[in-house]
Amino acid sequence: MALYATRRARNKVAVFCAGAATLFGLTWLVLILAVLLWEGFSGLSLSVFTEMTPPPGSAGGLLNPIMGSLVMTSIAVVIGTPLGILAGTYMAEYGRYDRLTMIVRFINDILLSAPSIVIGLFVYEVMVAQMGHFSGWAGAVALAVIVVPVVVRTTEDMLILVPDTLREAAASIGLPRSLMIKKVAYRAARAGMITGVLLAVARISGETAPLLFTALNNQFWSSDMNAPMASLPVVIFQFALSPYKDWQALAWTGALIITLAVLALSIIARSLTAQRKSS
Amino acid sequence: MNSVASFTVPTVNHAPINVEGLTEKIAVRDLDFFYGEHRALKSINVSLYQGKVTAFIGPSGCGKSTLLRVLNRMYDLYPNQRAAGSVTLDNEDILAPSQDLNLLRAKVGMVFQKPTPFPMTIYENIAFGIRLYEKLSKSELDDRVKSALERAALWNEVKDKLNANGQSLSGGQQQRLCIARTVAVRPEVILFDEPCSALDPISTAKIEELIDELKDDYTIAIVTHNMQQAARVSDFTAFMYLGEMVEFGDTTRIFTNPVDRRTQDYITGRFG
Repeated sequence: MALYATRRARNKVAVFCAGAATLFGLTWLVLILAVLLWEGFSGLSLSVFTEMTPPPGSAGGLLNPIMGSLVMTSIAVVIGTPLGILAGTYMAEYGRYDRLTMIVRFINDILLSAPSIVIGLFVYEVMVAQMGHFSGWAGAVALAVIVVPVVVRTTEDMLILVPDTLREAAASIGLPRSLMIKKVAYRAARAGMITGVLLAVARISGETAPLLFTALNNQFWSSDMNAPMASLPVVIFQFALSPYKDWQALAWTGALIITLAVLALSIIARSLTAQRKSS
Repeated sequence: MNSVASFTVPTVNHAPINVEGLTEKIAVRDLDFFYGEHRALKSINVSLYQGKVTAFIGPSGCGKSTLLRVLNRMYDLYPNQRAAGSVTLDNEDILAPSQDLNLLRAKVGMVFQKPTPFPMTIYENIAFGIRLYEKLSKSELDDRVKSALERAALWNEVKDKLNANGQSLSGGQQQRLCIARTVAVRPEVILFDEPCSALDPISTAKIEELIDELKDDYTIAIVTHNMQQAARVSDFTAFMYLGEMVEFGDTTRIFTNPVDRRTQDYITGRFG
């Protein structure tokens, strides 16, 4: 009985500690979100989406960084997704038992957790320094380098989850491997693979460091990918550090826009995963 | 390697089969199979006869599924698995490296233990395989899908929901869908790997009925843990134990008058 009582007491202490830790962590998260919503919404207006970033002291919006972010993120996804899916497909389907796959997986895991500033510096060295100027292309490539490992990882994981019995069934009616992958494995893993791409988008839409050294920033409207390009994270970084009140307000609004966009992506990703489980 | 002698002297306790009027569809001679270093099949000799059902029985791990997976070279999907010896389909060596695996598998179909419908509609599950090898018009394709589903005794249950997902069917229906899918590509041999072990008795009875109907047109091999099932559906039975082919012969004789002591012990339930 004494043993049982001690066990119960220990359990209570452990549950209390776990609860307190959760509460402690959540408090800060809620505080951050509350401040962000409060400050962000107070600056939110139509002009944010229709006007360019202003010089200090005058009115303006975030149109150029929003467009810059959209363009560079899209290009990064267009470059990174096929590369990631093809590599992940090789690792899960063709070379599952190869040594090469083990090596690629290991390197990919390192890339996955590499500090993004390193990636920014790398692209600076191979693109910006070679071209002699900052550019939207360089920014998009830096983001693509972040997309690739995320997509490789989710593609491989999702394809490995496809049961081998399904592959054998496809083989048993004489289906060549390429068709099996395209028509059966991709179909079975589709929701998970899309989720991976969405997660990659969410990840890069908040990245600042890789863009600082590549796309830099641009105070004006620019659709020239060869010129420096504005992006939300970099503008937030610049405006938030400035001494001007109106710039700081725009930074809050920009942060809110990114947060809401990432939230929306996460919800879509979640609902896709849920569909996959229920089907 | 065994000596040449084992080629002529079968290691099996063959009670003489009356082979008159029978055509050997698949002939397995001195087959060894290895998972890495482990020898899972030991000098197997057995024949599948045209239009007959051959059942493979034996305790778990005796190699009967492994043997089945050699017959359509399913093991080729995995590394470190290899077969040695000779397996012929219509006198053509299917173990030869030059063998086109996709064509072989179109001729030697397989139905698995767990139903494995593809993640697509019922219609597509069947049409998919047909389109691989034949170019058909829409109406011809419709007919083929229909006749395959009829052949698998599933048509009446699914004719109003051909566009439903194949995975939404019940387990027994899914298994019949897989049989329809296999039949649709018009194979010559169908391998059943414990096709009923995940099914209830009613679905099992339907599948057994189906096997009985299919044997007029196909050569059938079935692996089963259920000895009554082997007795019910098969013409010939092979008893395997620890990777060896212990006994092969007429099903009635195997179950009433086995030659080998181990066969007798197994079918009377003394081990396994």
